[in-house]
Amino acid sequence: MKLGVLRETHPGERRVAATPDSVRKLIELGFEVHVEQSAGAAASYDDAAYRAAGAHVAESAAATVQGAAVVLKLRAPTDVEVDRLEAGTTLISFLWPAQNPALVERLAARGVTALAMDRIPRTTRAQKMDALSSTANLVGYRAVVEAAAQYGSFFTQQITAAGKVPPAKVLIIGAGVAGLAAIGTARGLGAVVRAFDTRAAVREQVQSLGAEFLEVNLAEDGDGGGGYAKEMSPAFIEAEMALFMEQAKQVDVVITTALIPGKRAPILWPKTHVEAMKPGSVVIDLAAEQGGNCEVTRADEVVVHNGVKVVGYTDYASRLATTASNLYATNLVHLLTDLGGAAQWDVNLEDEILRGATVIKGGEVLPPPPPVQPSPQGAAKPAAAAPAATPAPPKPAAAPSKSHGGGHAPAPEAPGSGVVPAAIGLALAALWVWLRFQSGGEVASPATTTFLQHLTVFVLACFVGWQVVWNVTAALHTPLMSVTNAISGIILLGGMLQAKGDPLSPATLLGTAAILFAVINVAGGFLVTQRMLKMFRK
Amino acid sequence: MHALKIEDALLTVAYIVSSTLFILSLRGLSSQVTARRGNAYGLIGMGVAIVATLMHSQVNAYANLLIALVVGSGIGALMAARVAMTAMPELVALLHSFVGLAAVLVGYASYLGGHGADEDGRAILLTEIFIDVFIGALTFTGSIVAFLKLRGSLSGKPLLLPGRHALNLAMCVASVGLGVAFASAPETTGLTWLLIMSAIAGVLGVHLVVAIGGADMPVVVSMLNSYSGWTASAAGFMLSNDLLIVTGALVGSSGAILSYIMCRAMNRSIWNVIFGGFGADPAPGSAKPTGPAPEGEVRETSLEETASALAGAREVIFVPGYGMAVARAQHAVQQITDTLRQRGVQVRFAIHPVAGRLPGHMNVLLAEANVPYDVVLEMDEINHDFSRTDVVLVIGANDIVNPSAQTDTSSPIYGMPVLEVWKSSRVVVLKRSRGAGYAGVDNPLFYHENARMLLGDAKQTMDNLLGRLRELG
Repeated sequence: MKLGVLRETHPGERRVAATPDSVRKLIELGFEVHVEQSAGAAASYDDAAYRAAGAHVAESAAATVQGAAVVLKLRAPTDVEVDRLEAGTTLISFLWPAQNPALVERLAARGVTALAMDRIPRTTRAQKMDALSSTANLVGYRAVVEAAAQYGSFFTQQITAAGKVPPAKVLIIGAGVAGLAAIGTARGLGAVVRAFDTRAAVREQVQSLGAEFLEVNLAEDGDGGGGYAKEMSPAFIEAEMALFMEQAKQVDVVITTALIPGKRAPILWPKTHVEAMKPGSVVIDLAAEQGGNCEVTRADEVVVHNGVKVVGYTDYASRLATTASNLYATNLVHLLTDLGGAAQWDVNLEDEILRGATVIKGGEVLPPPPPVQPSPQGAAKPAAAAPAATPAPPKPAAAPSKSHGGGHAPAPEAPGSGVVPAAIGLALAALWVWLRFQSGGEVASPATTTFLQHLTVFVLACFVGWQVVWNVTAALHTPLMSVTNAISGIILLGGMLQAKGDPLSPATLLGTAAILFAVINVAGGFLVTQRMLKMFRK
Repeated sequence: MHALKIEDALLTVAYIVSSTLFILSLRGLSSQVTARRGNAYGLIGMGVAIVATLMHSQVNAYANLLIALVVGSGIGALMAARVAMTAMPELVALLHSFVGLAAVLVGYASYLGGHGADEDGRAILLTEIFIDVFIGALTFTGSIVAFLKLRGSLSGKPLLLPGRHALNLAMCVASVGLGVAFASAPETTGLTWLLIMSAIAGVLGVHLVVAIGGADMPVVVSMLNSYSGWTASAAGFMLSNDLLIVTGALVGSSGAILSYIMCRAMNRSIWNVIFGGFGADPAPGSAKPTGPAPEGEVRETSLEETASALAGAREVIFVPGYGMAVARAQHAVQQITDTLRQRGVQVRFAIHPVAGRLPGHMNVLLAEANVPYDVVLEMDEINHDFSRTDVVLVIGANDIVNPSAQTDTSSPIYGMPVLEVWKSSRVVVLKRSRGAGYAGVDNPLFYHENARMLLGDAKQTMDNLLGRLRELG
């Protein structure tokens, strides 16, 4: 199965969709890998290295694509590139289908299958293929490095014979993946870091990285569910602007990361704020490609306004081309592994991840997938949207939903799935045979009737129990046992119904003893569950 | 069908309410946020069922009832209040045995209590009584053995009699034979058969559980949980009581699912467990060293070194095992966690599904020690994060972090999913001694070049470690 890796043609793009390491893994997956000439040159991977890894180096883009079952790219293809694709080919790259309907149509017309890396659902299982997060991480790091290069002093505090230098104060707006990476990097350089996010849930993550979490004195949580921040009230935005103004007078570096997918980035750092900053300060605007969070920002330029440098680069990931390519290539290898490799290639739309990523299958445009279940409990969900936000220009995105603590996916498959239904079927068949030939007569006896009614209830209850219990989170399995323990003490009803008439008859005494033991169970089970559950806290 | 009496109709309505509440109760456990409400639903459901039954005219031995209810709940409450969280597995096993015992007693009572049904009805009823008593007795003795094993009163080593499968089969066949004799005995003369069968079922219960090694206790406990549910269901058939049937089915499925999850975590088939066949393959329960001893040497480390490694790390993962439970070290672990988090170190916990002696045991212990539940992650959630972790601290766990489960096809635990701690930059293993784990399998992790051993009692070591960390300021 031929797999082609195209050179990126977008001006200034230095990354590539495969590295010699990933080529080796692709070959292990059974692909015959063809890499376009000097595809990796800008990312420090030369053609010889690809050859050494076992790839064929193709002379042109056309030769790379010709007869390829799979084509890997990073940026969305240009029209010329689309027109080279053959029907039946599978293209995997960033596509941004919602923003690029024309591209989707063009691809569909070619009869290809297209998977968008930007559409991989942000679930736990998909993390290893989540290129948005891996890119956002790089961007956050590079933003700080860029800031340090532009800033005219140390980040860390220094006490030298020539005097004391105070540490730089860095403000990071939006604690998504990029924001968190920036916090970590700035802390690593020794700066004093403050971060702002409208979602209270990320406070702990910010603090865990050693930054101060700034808050507006107004109780309003910006968590819009599903890992996105929601639009805040005007009162909140006003308070937020006031907070930023106060910070503007103090901080030396501001890094803004707020994006709304498919829309212009919100203005969080207006001209007035830039003017309030000390000369020599730096603003890094990670939303430059979407219009910028800072009013002064011009994409791909460094603007000096009132002595403040406002950096609007849009190619941070590309500036770390070697590692960015490496991470992206690894994301691709994981995705191709999930696709079954060359041997069991299958774009399986039953799979939640593949369904999410697949935009076009065999020339047919698929409707957007249903949203994947959101991250539970708002535990860790760095997010995208106004005014707090995340990651990577030019890619708006929400961040990985680490399903903390909860989110046990309901097990789709029953254990020994074939065996259990078969056994039940067999038992029912036996019952049918027995009823048909044994009991004789036209009318079932009352006892048989009752038994069948009970059997119906029993079978249905088993299914209900099966469904309900699969949803119990693994962390609560011990309480589950004690609570089922308590409710199985319901058998005390049996004892009660026997304890009748003469209080000293054997049946009554046995019934009484049964009640005694069952009640120990009920009381003990519920109380101990209560005790345990009280301890679970966030 | 004969017409329902009004009081029977009322009872049925109350039972529908109870069943619904029980289902809601289990549903509540799907998240920590709703769990307490779930427990309350269960409690209310139970209350409704008891009160409704008390109001029925068939129930009239109030003196007996009162004594049993008061004494029983007193004992239950006392046990619940007294039990240490580390002893939770024992309590759960003991409670299972009570369900089994109650079912046996109800079965006998219902046999002796008289039953004026027609011929056909009588056969069905007697069969139901027989099955109820059989499962009940088996659950009762099985749970008692599990309880004793968990307490350490019985050895954790599996007892494997020769021809044990034939023995089990013989006991089952004998029970069926007795059942036929029982069902055809007039009046209550079948009592002898019932008693003999109870004894056989009891022995079977004991035999099934003694054959299982201590490391496999989580499966046994959840299996018995399932049996206790089926017992209640059988009693429901016997007494024509839908609430018992529904509740029993809920509990039975719950136990079955838990057993399945545990089996999957240990790479065993469910049938292997249901027939108690842990001895059939070279189970981790049987303590036999296999394969050549791993090469290299075990390197020890000191408290100082560990403390500074932890303090200097960015990401730390704790992997607690049964050792932490035994030493009751969870509070010290929590304090270390707090200290590290204040220093800006990200601390998380990785929980293997079969860590401890009960599903979810570690989660309960950590919750008891006030560790927030959102840093406590399951194996699947955290396994791929080990490679970017600076320090992993393994606290009293062994088999669940054994790399030979992935690499050594001759290992008895080959194929079992394990926490890939060796991928991190540094692994510190807290252990009481250099001995092998519960499974009796040597652990190549200890010889790994980035692994260090910290020998000593978990509690004491963690306390000392906490002291060092605080000294570092």
